[in-house]
Formats: sequence, structure tokens, C-alpha cells
Amino acid sequence: MSGLLQGKKVLITGASRGIGLAIARQFAAQGAALWLNGRDDIEIARVAEAMHADFGVSCLPLCFDVAEPKAVKQAFQRLFTETRQLDVLVNNAGILDDALIGMVQQQQIERTFSTNSYSTLYCSQYAARLMQRAGGGSVINMTSIIGRVGNSGQAVYAGSKAAVIGITQSLAKELAASQIRVNAIAPGFIDTDMAHSIPEEKFAERVASIAMGRIGTPDEVAKVALFLASDLSSYVTGQVIGVDGGMVI
Amino acid sequence: MQLEQLFSDALGIPVEQVSDVLSYQGIPQWDSVAHMGLIAHLEDHYGILLDTDDIIDMSSVAKAREILKKNGVEL
Repeated sequence: MSGLLQGKKVLITGASRGIGLAIARQFAAQGAALWLNGRDDIEIARVAEAMHADFGVSCLPLCFDVAEPKAVKQAFQRLFTETRQLDVLVNNAGILDDALIGMVQQQQIERTFSTNSYSTLYCSQYAARLMQRAGGGSVINMTSIIGRVGNSGQAVYAGSKAAVIGITQSLAKELAASQIRVNAIAPGFIDTDMAHSIPEEKFAERVASIAMGRIGTPDEVAKVALFLASDLSSYVTGQVIGVDGGMVI
Repeated sequence: MQLEQLFSDALGIPVEQVSDVLSYQGIPQWDSVAHMGLIAHLEDHYGILLDTDDIIDMSSVAKAREILKKNGVEL
């Protein structure tokens, strides 16, 4: 089997559904050997098994909470012991928890930033060390259109995703000399469980704000991730690529 | 391979120069960039992945010995 990611070892966080799962499928179809992260050990094991059956690539589950530094460390220790190699990291795991600013609880802020922002730093720390010794790699961080332009009722989520942009741009500068590229994807309104968790009228309002007139698919985000993971983007770093169909907020 | 030899290889200094008192930023060759290379060299040799606190803590050869032992390495 040959493909754009043949011989590459990849870790994708939040891979059990939605955009993470679509990325895993795109990468597997291109020959990548995958480590798939999720918080539910049974679910992520099922996904990994199905991926292996569908594409014939090595696909291993790695169950841990990206918001827990100790769990991240243990996961990377296992990855290091078993493969000694990581070429691509996709920091995709994230949560959405909307509230007007007067209703935001401290616990909500901590949970959102831990899962969406701190996790990007924790995972990138270990990944960069593995990639440096291999002579390079690609880190792909999932931000959001909300992190770029903000939105009413989403100050916490927007802040956590804006942080991901700052992390991306800084790491891109710091790690470029080691041939590690760091980029971010900023999806707009994408057909995932997260999008369907909002009220019906809000859903219609969001679709109406998209120039292309439709919601995006996880696969359309995954194709951009594939570009950033592969050598097709060998001279691209520090970029935030919108995948939003011309959405205006 | 002896720990002293690993330090010598990673920092590009004669093995005779490596002793327990040799410290991080105590010589020009052991700067922050070389430190990360040294860590990678030690990790690859011993098959371990150190956590960030240990990397920051590794301020001398003696300290490295202590940290490696804590991580299950027999020296």
C-alpha cells in the first residue's frame, strides 16, 4: 500500500468521533500508522479495530484525558516505548460549553482551557521531543473560527481556541529550525455532534451565515489536515487555515 | 556505555571533562539547546521518556544519575 502518509506514525487526540474520526480515516487511507486517543477506552478500542479492518494499517488505541498532564506523560511514555517515533500530532480533542459571561463558572473555565488549550501544550511538549530526534514532523492544532473572531455567549470557548492560535504561531517559530511544522485549522460550522447540540433556530441561523449556504463536513476538515500532515505542505508553518465555507460571525 | 561517555558524546567534550560536578550552563557546550539533545541521547540509550520536571531538574551529572535511577535505570 502506498499513500501520502506511508511510513508516518501519527497521534490524533479526540479521535473517536466527529472531525477527529474523519482525520483518522483520511490518514489511514493514506497509509499512516495511527495512535488514536479518546477518553472512553471501549469506544476508542472499537474505533481503532474498525480502522485497522477497513484500511489494513496499524491502529492502536491510546485512552487518556488530554487535560491531565500525568495521563499525557504516561501516554507518550507508552508511545515512546512501543514505537520510538512520532511524525505527526493532531491536537484535536476539545469541548464546547457555552454561557453568557455572567453565568460562567470557574470550573467551566478551567475545564475548557485544560481540554482545549493546555492539552495542546502538554501533547506538543512530548511530541516535539520525539520529532526533533527524528529530524522533523508536523503538529496540527484544531482551533475554531470562534477563536479568530469571537462570538456572543462563547467567551470561554473563544478564549481557549484563541490561545491555540497563539500556541501554534509561537511553536512554529520555535520549532522551525528542527524542521517541525506547526499549523492550525479553524473550522467553521461542521456537521458534528457539537454542531447538533445547539438549538434548532440557532442551527438555522448559523447555516444562514455561511456564504456557501451549507454546513461543512468533517471530511472537508480532514482533507486540510491531510495536506498539513503530508509533504504537500513541506514549506507551510505557522498558518491558521480556515475551513468555513465563507462563514461570517 | 558509561553515563560519562553519553555526556561526552552528547555535549561534544572529552570524557575526562565529565564528572559529577559538571553542571548545566557551567560550560559553553552545555547550553539549553545542547541540554535537549543530551536528554534525547539519554532517553534513546536507556529507552525511557523523562517528564518535563526531570528535564528541568537535570542540572548536573550527579543529578542526572539520580533522575535516571528514579526512572528505573540501573547505573
